[in-house]
Amino acid sequence: MGEFIYLYRGGQRSPSPEQSQQIMQKWLAWMKDLTASGNLKDPGQPLELEGKVVKGKAGTVTDGPFAEAKDLVGGFSVVVADDLAHAAKLAGGCPILDVDGSVEVRPVMQMDM
Amino acid sequence: MELSDHLFRREAGRMVATLTRAFGIHNLALAEDVVQDAFCRALEVWKLRGVPENPSAWLMKTARNRAVDVLRRERTALTFAPDLGRLLQTEWTLANAVADIFDPIGIKDDQLRMMFSCCHPRLSAPAQVMLVLQLVGGFGAREVAGAFVSSPTAVEKRLSRSKKMLAESGVLFDIADAADFALRLPVVQRALYLIFSEGYHGASPHAVIRTDLCRESIRLTRLLAEHPLGAVPSTLALGALMYLDAARLPARLDAWGDLSSLFDQDRSRWDRAMIDEGRAWLERSATGSELSRYHVEAAIAAAHAAATRFEETDWTSIVSLYDTLMQIAPSPVVALNRAIAVAQLRGPQKGLEAIDAVSDRDRLAAYPFYYAARGELELRRRNNAIALEHFATALALARNPVEQRFLKKRIDACAGAI
Repeated sequence: MGEFIYLYRGGQRSPSPEQSQQIMQKWLAWMKDLTASGNLKDPGQPLELEGKVVKGKAGTVTDGPFAEAKDLVGGFSVVVADDLAHAAKLAGGCPILDVDGSVEVRPVMQMDM
Repeated sequence: MELSDHLFRREAGRMVATLTRAFGIHNLALAEDVVQDAFCRALEVWKLRGVPENPSAWLMKTARNRAVDVLRRERTALTFAPDLGRLLQTEWTLANAVADIFDPIGIKDDQLRMMFSCCHPRLSAPAQVMLVLQLVGGFGAREVAGAFVSSPTAVEKRLSRSKKMLAESGVLFDIADAADFALRLPVVQRALYLIFSEGYHGASPHAVIRTDLCRESIRLTRLLAEHPLGAVPSTLALGALMYLDAARLPARLDAWGDLSSLFDQDRSRWDRAMIDEGRAWLERSATGSELSRYHVEAAIAAAHAAATRFEETDWTSIVSLYDTLMQIAPSPVVALNRAIAVAQLRGPQKGLEAIDAVSDRDRLAAYPFYYAARGELELRRRNNAIALEHFATALALARNPVEQRFLKKRIDACAGAI
């Protein structure tokens, strides 16, 4: 068993209100399933798409990150799974995949090996 | 928290109406952007954190914050609602003015104002209907296209032309002006009637879309009837007609999902609560001297609803109601329905004669149920070969698979009897 972070990217478009409703319903169902199976450790947080980047010894602050909206991380969750393959399999049900988005699955490094 | 049905659609209409009140109709596109933005935020936050306790208030508050941002940022570049302009210009009054605009008590009036604005006399009836559906009903272009069996691109184009016209008209309709209200009211009623008819009789093969259209037209008619100037007998009759007809919707498709005509509907599936509601509205509409087409159509629907078995239908009353309807609002479809009622009362021969007597019959040339009606009556006269021809013509004109299946069954009935 290990912990994994899901990084949700993209999936932004302009759905009609009724489509928003359907997308929302799918997310609620997916999150409910993950919770019921005991795999959701923390639903995580959504992230604003704006921000600042601080860089260099001088701590230069610039606006950013200026990636394409489809490449930006829009939020994250923490899940527990048997291994990376299992975590990736669980992410396969994420509704963001329906709207051209992606889920990056990253194992959290363990303290006690 | 569960997500209630059509929450986003319902809120879209409320929010666009309220924001347009703040920004002015000429900034309609800006209002739509702010709503879209609030929805995107809702999706991002709710999908991880869950639906908040009061989602409507959450959405409205998000839109409101965003509206204040826009009003601050664009203060010098844009002009806003003419009557609010000065209040929105300065930081001293801006927050209070916005709070007033977003007062939940005013939201119903905002929606009504928007509905009346969408029914601008310079727009055609179909354009008005599409605008009402999108701006007040929160339907997307794709859903409007689904309802009218049109392509989303074509609908998108038409909607954007109409919205441009609306924005250029400069002012929102003033619902406080009783004279203007009375003048525009019939146009609004017709738009609501058309939304309902599209749901009830329309060509869309999607039962879900059609039920949505019926529900939405009932919601908007209720909204209209809640306003003192809107609660006139014709509005109440319109509501009655919608309830009474919609009550039969569950029985229109039989257990196999096939279209079922009034003759052989399972009447136990009619929605009794809707019928009662419709009757109550019809009763309330029976005041004053005006007899609108909605009164007559509601009375016909009530006559059908009163018959628990098809054989108990009071065709004498129905024919005479159709006679009245032909005087108030004559049309080939009304005349055809009258002929069908005549056939029930006085036999298929008389019915066919009544169909032959329909003036403007050529306007029914593309209407499948014109041929289906002829076919039905010929079948009853045992002219099966002729009946079959009519049903075949109807089948070629059928607008969706449900109609096709229905007509194929009628063709089988003819063939079986030959």
